[in-house]
Amino acid sequence: MKEILTLNQLSLSFGGLAAVSNLDLTLTEGELVGLIGPNGAGKTTVFNLLTGVYPPSSGTIEFHRGEAVHKLGGMKPHAICRAGVGRTFQNIRLFRTLSVLDNVMIAQAQRMRYGLVPSFLHTPKHKRTEQKIREESMELLRIMDLADKAGELAQNMSYGEQRRLEIARAMATQPVLLLLDEPAAGMNPAETAQLTELISWLRKEFTLTILLIEHDMSLVMNICERIYVLDHGLLIASGTASKIQHNPAVITAYLGEEVGDA
Amino acid sequence: MEQVFQQVINGLSLGSIYALIALGYTMVYGIIKLINFAHGDVYMVGAFVGYFSMSTFKLGFVESLLIAMMICTMLGVLIERVAYRPLRNSSRIAVLITAIGVSLLLEYTMMYFVGAGVRSYPPLPGFLNGSFTVGGVVIKNMQLVIIGVSVTLMILLQFIVRKTKVGRAMRAVSQDAEAARLMGINVDNTISLTFALGSALAGAAGVLVGVYYNSINPLMGLMPGLKAFVAAVFGGIGLIPGALIGAYMVGLLETGVVATGYSMFRDGVVFAVLIIILIVKPTGLLGKNIKEKV
Amino acid sequence: MNTRFPSWLIKVVALLMTYLIVFALISAGAIDDYVLITMVTICINIILATSLNLITGFTGQFSLGHAGFMAIGAYTTALITMRFPSIWAFLGGVLLGAIIAAIVGFLIGLPTLRLRGDYLAIATLGMAEIIRVLLLNFEFTNGAAGLSGIPRNVDWTWLFVFTAGSVLLISNFLKSIPGRDLIAIREDEIAASSIGINAVRAKTLAFVVGAFFGGLAGGLYSAYFYFIKPDLFGFLKSIDILIIVVLGGLGSLSGSVIAAILLALISTWLQDFPEMRMIIYGLILVVIMVFRPQGLLGDRELSMDTFKRIVPRRRKGTS
Repeated sequence: MKEILTLNQLSLSFGGLAAVSNLDLTLTEGELVGLIGPNGAGKTTVFNLLTGVYPPSSGTIEFHRGEAVHKLGGMKPHAICRAGVGRTFQNIRLFRTLSVLDNVMIAQAQRMRYGLVPSFLHTPKHKRTEQKIREESMELLRIMDLADKAGELAQNMSYGEQRRLEIARAMATQPVLLLLDEPAAGMNPAETAQLTELISWLRKEFTLTILLIEHDMSLVMNICERIYVLDHGLLIASGTASKIQHNPAVITAYLGEEVGDA
Repeated sequence: MEQVFQQVINGLSLGSIYALIALGYTMVYGIIKLINFAHGDVYMVGAFVGYFSMSTFKLGFVESLLIAMMICTMLGVLIERVAYRPLRNSSRIAVLITAIGVSLLLEYTMMYFVGAGVRSYPPLPGFLNGSFTVGGVVIKNMQLVIIGVSVTLMILLQFIVRKTKVGRAMRAVSQDAEAARLMGINVDNTISLTFALGSALAGAAGVLVGVYYNSINPLMGLMPGLKAFVAAVFGGIGLIPGALIGAYMVGLLETGVVATGYSMFRDGVVFAVLIIILIVKPTGLLGKNIKEKV
Repeated sequence: MNTRFPSWLIKVVALLMTYLIVFALISAGAIDDYVLITMVTICINIILATSLNLITGFTGQFSLGHAGFMAIGAYTTALITMRFPSIWAFLGGVLLGAIIAAIVGFLIGLPTLRLRGDYLAIATLGMAEIIRVLLLNFEFTNGAAGLSGIPRNVDWTWLFVFTAGSVLLISNFLKSIPGRDLIAIREDEIAASSIGINAVRAKTLAFVVGAFFGGLAGGLYSAYFYFIKPDLFGFLKSIDILIIVVLGGLGSLSGSVIAAILLALISTWLQDFPEMRMIIYGLILVVIMVFRPQGLLGDRELSMDTFKRIVPRRRKGTS
């Protein structure tokens, strides 16, 4: 299989504090990979580096799409999205006072931009595009089981629904690489099981590569083919779920802490 | 050369006044992240209190200065209590709009009572009115008083903030109000105290301007208020030394522009400098960058 | 009822009726010059407030310099129509003034829009002050004395066309792809960037469009009131416009329209007590922010649906 994402010695420090140091990470096309680690390990920071929220202090990020290679380090967030990387946020960042449908439509519209004249005059072109965006967005909401909530405000939905809506919004940008930041946080076991299924299905249906951060080990161990473990910004282990589960370094850094706390 | 020294003296006097106002801006911004638009108007009220104290009640300069500082302190605390405290958890824009509202209220309530016209401060007794010449540079005694009073007050402020318990509380709240609350600091009182200190300095600045420039009006707070704010941003808003450096630089810049014959442009130049600073280094000369958490 | 009459038709009819009724009243002499001045003020304020609302209410970029754009439009129109007193020069002047304002908006917006919240507010305030200082010092603007004897080219018809047109265009824009991007940025700029919105570009566009209509309003002002001077377009004018937007509701165009009318009535009523008017303005800002920070309408719009919702409820109550 072909590599889609290559991090090479990626580092970021705030002031003197190293949030991520010399991280090497590779994803091949179609993989579903987990990124785990204790709180403050730098997982979300890795996502923020990948999506251009922070520029890296050193190291490179290469994103391969077809023949093209995008160097994501130093690119702006919107350009990275247009290159084909979609993401969700740990602390849910929806357009809260807009409707569920609008949330998805705004993302959907990014690939169908038109000029100022149709915007101001609502020409037939505007109306045609609008119709198309609406239909495609509704389709996506149906897939994510949110179609009956289309008219509701994003902020009025349940936690689980908001997380799904964030995924729907990211999917509307038609990414090839999807970054999910704790998609199951705050969900009950039934919801998590449902979500696990949905993620696997999305990957197949849209031939996605997915990197996900998650604290829910059942989800990670169930669906991730490979797992990277971060601690204090350093990669301490990587490999299959069973290998990780028995890695002594992971147990001390991660599970060991919990035993110590108890 | 004499000309240059002359302008430096004038610039330092003006800068001292800006510094007194800028300190209030910067302390309030440091502690609750609010551009207190009404601050310039507290300074205006200070000027009027000094005026009435000197003309109507025939009190001396020092007494008037103290009375103005006291009344402005109360005014500042009152404004915070009534207008800003209910908005502690609102968006920053909401509080900023409130501040603009308070500013209009102060300006036009004052105008309603004293009229829109310009008033002149009563002439000062002997010493304060005098001047002397050093190597061709004319130094007014009043300029020395302004610089002296300002520097004294600033040292006093620095002492309060750095060396006292309440000062430590102020610094703690400006770092993280929630954490400070958990540590047993009374956040509301600390914020009130910040307004009190800032307003006292503004009140002093008002009286000093009154005796120096000799003319006051209800809208006089607008421009110096904005320029003091520019000064605070210039040095790095939220930082007390930054406000000082910024204020003296704005003061010198402005007198420089006037001295070179472009007095009509002086407000424009100050704002142009502001915009350049905001673009090049929005955190000001001494400020540090803070990343938004995602 | 809504099946037989589409809502756009109702809007068109309502607008036309408003136009014709006022036109008839003016022709019949029932509306005197004094009332007309209030109406002109209302219309100009509607354009100013809706265009500022686009920037501040919908895009979430706090601007304190809208009067600067108005000044550019006013001076451009004045200078052109004083030289070429014809209706075409008037129309060209208003358009040119709006375009120059938009260009200035672009030049200033591009660098300053990286700033957030209150810093942007101060930068825009500084920009408007710089424009005012320049107008005070240029020879061709006649300094502090300003320009007088500007030909009056604005009548009720033009006023109506420009006001209704501006509100309609701004409203259309907000319901288009670039317009919705602005709202997304207001809601969450980081999320908006993550779905491919170029935030700097979008915010600059909001600034440019807002400046365009601000300039246009300025053009109408100078083509009605004969006389302009730099001090008319100072900080207080920017605040005036902001008050309308805040009172009506950040993010509600119909709110801006209603607030523009309401505040014009208040100021007409208080015109003999100018201090009182400003005191009340100040109180409005404070009271609204403390008790109803979303303004009269919040971010909702008054529409046919609103009336439909109200009317059946009443019927139920009476039956």
